[in-house]
Amino acid sequence: MKDPCAHCEEMMQPYLDRILTDEEMARAEAHLAECELCRRRYKFEESLRVYVRKTVVEPMPAELRLKLASLRIPLE
Amino acid sequence: MAHAGTVDHVDAEPEEAEAQRVATEARDRVRFEEDALALSDQVYRVARHLAGSREEAEDLVQETYARAFRSWRQFTPGTNLRAWLLRILTNLNIDRGRRQQRAPQMTPLETNDYYLYDKLAATGDGDVADEERVVERLSQDDIVSALSAVPHDFRDVLVLVDLGDFSYADAAQILDIPVGTVMSRLHRGRRILKRELAESALEETT
Repeated sequence: MKDPCAHCEEMMQPYLDRILTDEEMARAEAHLAECELCRRRYKFEESLRVYVRKTVVEPMPAELRLKLASLRIPLE
Repeated sequence: MAHAGTVDHVDAEPEEAEAQRVATEARDRVRFEEDALALSDQVYRVARHLAGSREEAEDLVQETYARAFRSWRQFTPGTNLRAWLLRILTNLNIDRGRRQQRAPQMTPLETNDYYLYDKLAATGDGDVADEERVVERLSQDDIVSALSAVPHDFRDVLVLVDLGDFSYADAAQILDIPVGTVMSRLHRGRRILKRELAESALEETT
């Protein structure tokens, strides 16, 4: 029997990057609607990306902002 | 001819034309500097994880702006200034001793894309139903150190696309590599990140 999830792993990144064709997208959506495991794995991947982005952001130090402004070339 | 007429006019008033040119250029330069400074938060955010440490990131951003302000004439107005600044920054970063690291290793990776989720789900206390909660088991330290463990060539792409929101095409232009290479390095970088995260998350639970 053909494994319905045979291509799910390779489709996940392109799916989340939104670079699938309309037809591939429709097929992926249809599969996700009926396969709980894939749905969870995809959802996890999406949550991970959002979480990583949110977590690693460090505000720019205030002194750096001042230093950058001081690098401007003065008008003659 | 209209064109010849313009030239006559310039010849007639050379000093005035020169003053006009200088004023226009000064205005363009001030606008360029202001536009570039307005992007500094976004530039720092990417630089922070392209570089190994906060100090290196600060140095890199300063060098980038110093160079950008000097060579502002090379920027084509109307094109992507953020990508232009990041291109300067990644080149400076590569110049800082990363030259030897040319061809990234492409040895097979034993983990797949689901590795981290499967590990976390297996060690959870039954709350795997909520994938967003599962993610929150990873600490900020876990993520920052996992990211810094991703080799440079993969991390550059990962940071530009996943943290900096650059398109594949912009990342390709910034790093001067083909779009296909951006995609393969991105995919691999994400897998390495997840493998590193799985390792640190498992250490904590055992």
